[in-house]
Amino acid sequence: MISWVIEAVLLGFLVAIAIAVIRLGNLFAAAMLFGIYSLVSASLFLSMDAADVAFTEAAVGAGVSTVLILATLAKTGFALRPPRPGAAGRLLLVVVTGLVLVWGTLDLPRFGDPEAPARQHVAPRYIETSPEEIGIPNMVTSVLASYRGYDTLGEVTVIFIAGLGLVLLLNRRDRDGDR
Amino acid sequence: MAIDKDPVLRVVTTFLVPLILLFALYVQFHGEYGPGGGFQAGVIFGSGFVLYALVYGVDHAERIVPALLLRLLAASGVLLYAGVGVATLLLGGNFLDYDVLAANPVTGQHIGIILIELGVLLTVASVVIMIFFAFVGGHS
Repeated sequence: MISWVIEAVLLGFLVAIAIAVIRLGNLFAAAMLFGIYSLVSASLFLSMDAADVAFTEAAVGAGVSTVLILATLAKTGFALRPPRPGAAGRLLLVVVTGLVLVWGTLDLPRFGDPEAPARQHVAPRYIETSPEEIGIPNMVTSVLASYRGYDTLGEVTVIFIAGLGLVLLLNRRDRDGDR
Repeated sequence: MAIDKDPVLRVVTTFLVPLILLFALYVQFHGEYGPGGGFQAGVIFGSGFVLYALVYGVDHAERIVPALLLRLLAASGVLLYAGVGVATLLLGGNFLDYDVLAANPVTGQHIGIILIELGVLLTVASVVIMIFFAFVGGHS
């Protein structure tokens, strides 16, 4: 019951922050609110017992992303351009897309459902054998680093290539002098 | 970016940056027991450095870790990770099967996980700093 109340309050915060971001005319304040949005999301993940995901969200979403958005704004300027006409059509598009997404979630299993397909496949095997096979208490680390080592290698490679690509692109523009 | 003249910001940053970097290392080496691991530790380490660069100036921070060193560190993280995989292949196991890294499979798993998490830390931390420098460096 208490966790239900906490989650409802946090979700309410998320909606309020999202509306505030849209209504604000100041991009600097909007970037700061996005950081708070990530922090509230992290709290929501924590209330769902996903400590590792919450940790990542707090570090990446609230920390680094905010700094990168601010750094981008320092290059592009903090001024907000006046909105183009045709807002009604775009609003309709967003509402329809949102409704389709909500409709898509109706098929998903309930949160924490032990009968869900994700908990029937390899998860029971990991839970039963990882204490003997890997021998470390944090099962998330066993799955990420050992059972799913290929995926994590791919992720690290993606991060490396993304960083390299960004550095090459930004440095070239600076050399040519046409930002 | 010039050095920030605000004494409060400077003192607080000087006090906080070592703590943030230390916390990143704690998250790194405690990842087997609590939440966290190489990815989170890398991001925290990178943001500690970003905070330092924001207050003391990007030029100053770039003198501590030059761009070339960052690129080498970012690449060495991926190489270390993939290298562990190659090492397990050479020792007769499957790619990234850490069991063969030591006589005892569980010890092998520990060694493998510590090494690949170190690779993740190196790449993530240096890419975060690299992206920040790429955005704010080279102007003003």
